[in-house]
Amino acid sequence: MTDQAIYQTDALIAEDIDAYLDQHQHKTMLRFITCGSVDDGKSTLIGRLLYDSKMIFEDQLAALENDSKKVGTQGQEIDFALLVDGLAAEREQGITIDVAYRFFNTEKRKFIVADCPGHEQYTRNMVTGASTADLAVILIDARKGVLVQTRRHSYLCHLIGIRNIVLAVNKMDLVDYDQKVFDAIVADYSAFATSIGIESFTALPISGFKGDNITALSANTPWYAGPTLVEHLEAVEVISSADAAKPLRLPVQWVNRPNLDFRGFSGLIATGSVKPGDEVRVLPSGKTSTVTRIVTMPSGPAGASATGRDGDLDEAVAGQSVTLCFADEIDCSRGNVIAAADNPPQAADQFEATLVWMNDDPMHVGRAYWLKLGSQTVSVTVQQPKYAINVNTMEHIAVKTLDLNAIGVAEIITDKALVFEPYKDNRALGGFILIDKLTNATVAAGMIHFSLRRAQNVHWQATDISREAHAALKNQKPAVLWFTGLSGSGKSTIANLVEKKLHRMNRHTFLLDGDNVRHGLNKDLGFTEADRIENIRRVGEVAKLMADAGLIVITAFISPFRAEREMVRAMLPEGEFIEVFIDTPLAEAERRDVKGLYKKARSGQLKNFTGIDSPYEAPEHPELRIDTTAITPEQAADLIVDRLLDGA
Amino acid sequence: MTRTLTHLERLEAEAIHIMREVVAEAEKPVMLYSVGKDSAVMLHLARKAFYPSPPPFPLLHVDTTWKFRAMYELRDRMARESGMDLLVYQNPEAAERGINPFDHGALHTDMWKTEGLKQALDKYGFDAAFGGARRDEEKSRAKERIFSFRTASHGWDPKNQRPELWNLYNARKHKGESIRIFPISNWTELDVWQYIQLNDVPIVPLYFAARRPTVERDGMLLMVDDDRFPLKPGEVPVERSIRFRTLGCYPLTGAVESEAANLSEVIQETLLTTTSERQGRAIDKDAGGAGMEVKKQQGYF
Repeated sequence: MTDQAIYQTDALIAEDIDAYLDQHQHKTMLRFITCGSVDDGKSTLIGRLLYDSKMIFEDQLAALENDSKKVGTQGQEIDFALLVDGLAAEREQGITIDVAYRFFNTEKRKFIVADCPGHEQYTRNMVTGASTADLAVILIDARKGVLVQTRRHSYLCHLIGIRNIVLAVNKMDLVDYDQKVFDAIVADYSAFATSIGIESFTALPISGFKGDNITALSANTPWYAGPTLVEHLEAVEVISSADAAKPLRLPVQWVNRPNLDFRGFSGLIATGSVKPGDEVRVLPSGKTSTVTRIVTMPSGPAGASATGRDGDLDEAVAGQSVTLCFADEIDCSRGNVIAAADNPPQAADQFEATLVWMNDDPMHVGRAYWLKLGSQTVSVTVQQPKYAINVNTMEHIAVKTLDLNAIGVAEIITDKALVFEPYKDNRALGGFILIDKLTNATVAAGMIHFSLRRAQNVHWQATDISREAHAALKNQKPAVLWFTGLSGSGKSTIANLVEKKLHRMNRHTFLLDGDNVRHGLNKDLGFTEADRIENIRRVGEVAKLMADAGLIVITAFISPFRAEREMVRAMLPEGEFIEVFIDTPLAEAERRDVKGLYKKARSGQLKNFTGIDSPYEAPEHPELRIDTTAITPEQAADLIVDRLLDGA
Repeated sequence: MTRTLTHLERLEAEAIHIMREVVAEAEKPVMLYSVGKDSAVMLHLARKAFYPSPPPFPLLHVDTTWKFRAMYELRDRMARESGMDLLVYQNPEAAERGINPFDHGALHTDMWKTEGLKQALDKYGFDAAFGGARRDEEKSRAKERIFSFRTASHGWDPKNQRPELWNLYNARKHKGESIRIFPISNWTELDVWQYIQLNDVPIVPLYFAARRPTVERDGMLLMVDDDRFPLKPGEVPVERSIRFRTLGCYPLTGAVESEAANLSEVIQETLLTTTSERQGRAIDKDAGGAGMEVKKQQGYF
C-alpha cells in the first residue's frame, strides 16, 4: 500500500480512541453497487477497497492466500475476488451468482457496497442490489471498451433511478496507462449515456488489481488530475438528504396502543420532515389533524446525541423511524399514509408502470397478484404489456407477456385505491413488488409512472335496491356452484341435472356453460393461457353480477388454473362460492371422449388442450368432490343440491 | 437545509422498520436471544421500535446449559426489565444423552443449538424469528437476505432467495414455513459496539477484561467458569487478565488476554486487532471455507 493519507486512523485509534469514536459516530453512510462481469475485475476492486481500508483481518488474509493458490485465478498473487464470492457454488464456478453486501469505512463515511452479478440471467439480482443504492460504479475493461453489458448495466441503473454514475475504466495497467485509450472509452460512453437520458457521470482510470487511483492518485497516470475513487465516494450527496427536502410522507406500519391513554402511529419517514404542531393529512381518508408528539424511547446517557438521546423529538426527518401522536382521534391504520396537510399524494386504482420480471414463471396477463407498496398490500391484475425493452439495445419490442429478467411497461388495475407518487418523485411511494398469490414468491419489481385518467373518472354508483333485497324477493340465498374438471368429465351433464332439480324446487337459477359463453360474450378469446385466464375472469364477473341479482348461478367450465378459481372465490362474499370438483381421471375422460376432442388433441390437430399439452391444476380443498367413476350423474346432482341447501 | 442522518441513525431506523414490518405481517414472531452483544442491541432496538408498548413478542433462549454463569444472570435481568416473556428451551434428548462440549465436539453444537432451535420453533409454532446475525461476520451471511426463508424442515436454499427490493419485504409464506429475520444485517462489529456505548445498552461483563481462572488448550484460552470443567492431569487453572470478543458455550469460547476494562478500550482493542471476530469460535472451522453455509442449509441460525 503506497498511500496512508486516507486511512491514517490507526494512530488516532491508538492515541485517542474517544476522538476517533466521536469522528466515527458522525459519519454519513453511502450505499453503492458495482456492476460489470467477473472479467471486468469487479470483485477484485471490492477486495481492494476492503484491503486498503483494513477491513481484512490476518486470519482472513491467511485463508485468502491459501485459497488464492488453490483456486485463485491470479497465479501466485492474491486473488481478491475470493474475498467476495461467498457461496460455495460461486467459488467453484468462479462466478458471482447473488448480491453480496460488504462494508468499509473511511474517515468521512461508512460504505455499504452491493456486489452484483453481471450476466444477463442475473438482471433481477442487479436490480435488487441497485434498488437501495445511492451510486453505481460501472466497470469497464480498458482493453475491451464499452460493451453490450456496459450498456445494459447503465440502463438498469438509470431505470432504478440512480443519479450518481461512476465509470471506472479498469485494468489500466494492461493498456500501459494510455490516456488515449481512456479518452476514447469516455467519449464512446458519453454518447451512449446521453442517448438514454443519463445527465452526468464521473469517469476514472483505475486498476483494482494494482491499486491505481483507488485511494491515492497514481504516478502511472500523471495526465489524470483526480479525484480518486474513494475521494469521489466520500463527496457525493446521499439520497436521504435530498428526500428530506420533499413534502412529508410517512407510510403507517403499525398502530401503537399500549393502553387507552396512548395512541401512536409508527413508521419510517419516506420523505420530508415533521415537527410537533404540524398539520397533517391521513390518506386515503383525507382526514386532517395536528401532530402533538414525536415519540422515541429515552435511552443512553442524558444529553447524548445521535442515536443515544432522550424521549420526544423536536423534529424528525426522512429516513428516521418514529411514532407520531395526533391531537384528534381520527382513523389511521397500517397502509395509510401520513402526509403534509397542504401537499398530499394522490390515490388511484389504475396505473402505468415499468415492470422487471423476476420469476421463472412468466407474467400471466389478467391473473390476480398481490402488490405491496410501502405498507399497503392490494390485489391487482396486470394488462398485456404495451412493450418490452431489449436491455442490450434499448429497443421497444411487442410482447404478449414478460419472462424472467424481462423489462416492460404495462397497465395495472388494483382492487382498491392505492396512495402513490410517481417513482421518479418518490421511491418509497412509487416502487412496488408483485407477489404470486399461490407460491408467495416475489415475482416482479415495479415503478409507477402515473395513474390513468379513466381511473379517476369512474366511480361506484350507489343503488337503492341492495343485493340482500334482490335475494329476499326470491326467497333464497344466492350462491355460485363452480364446477371444475377435465374436458369430458361430466360437468355439463351434472350441472344441467342440478339446475333442473333446483328449478323444480322453485329456485331461481342460471347455468353458465363453457361452450355457450364462448359463442357470445367470450367469442374473441382463444385457448392460450392468457385467454383462458381472461375467459374465467369474465365468467367470474358475470357470475358475481348474477349472484348480486339474487340468483343461484351454476357454472360449468374446465377452469384449469387454481389462481383464477381463487380469484372468483375472492370476488364473492364468504360462503357463496361453492367449488365442485368433477373428478374424472384423464384416462376415463379420454375413453369417453364424447366430443371427439381428445382424439383431435392426441393427433396434434388441437393445441393447448387441457390434460394433454396444457396443465390442469386440481382443487386442493373443494367444497365438494364428485368421483364420477363411483356414482351416477343423478346421484352426483342429489349430493350437490343437498350441499347447497344444507349450507343455506 | 435539513441535516443528513449519520450512518448509525440510518441503521437504527432500518432495523426498527424491519421489526415493525414483521410484527405487522407475521402471525407469531419471536426474538432469538443468545445474551451476546448482538442480542443486547437487538433487544434494545425492539424496545425502541414499540415504545411505549413492550415488544409484542417473547424472547427465546435456546440454551445449551453450558453458557457462562454471567450470561444467565444478565438474561434473567433483561427479561424482567423489558417486560417481555422469556422462553428457555433445552433439547431434552441432548440432556438425556448427556451431550457436552468436552466429550462430543461438533455433536454438542448440532444437538443443543441446531436441533434445539428447530424443536423450540416447532414446539411453540413461531413463524418468524428475529436473529442478530450480521453480513460482515462471514462470507455466506454476506449474501443472505434480511428476510431469510426456511422450509418446513428449516432448510435454507441459498440459490433460491426472494429478491429484496428497496425496503419492501415479502413476508408471505405457506403453513409450516418460517422466516428468519436479521434486522442488523447491515451493521458491522464496530457499529454494534458504538451503539452499545451511545445507548448504554447493558452487556455481559465478560466482554470487559478482568482476572479470571483460565487453562490453555489447543491454542485456545478457556475460562474455567464452573466445576463441570474437567481438568486434564497436570492442568492447573491460571489467573489471567482476559476478556471475550464473542460469547457462546464457555468450553468452546476462546478468550483473549487483555487489559481493556471499559467500552472505549474494548473498541480500541477491537479496531487494532488483526484477527476476525469469529476466530475464537470452533464452529466455523468445520467443513473448510463453506462451514457456515452448510450449517445454515441444515437449519443452523
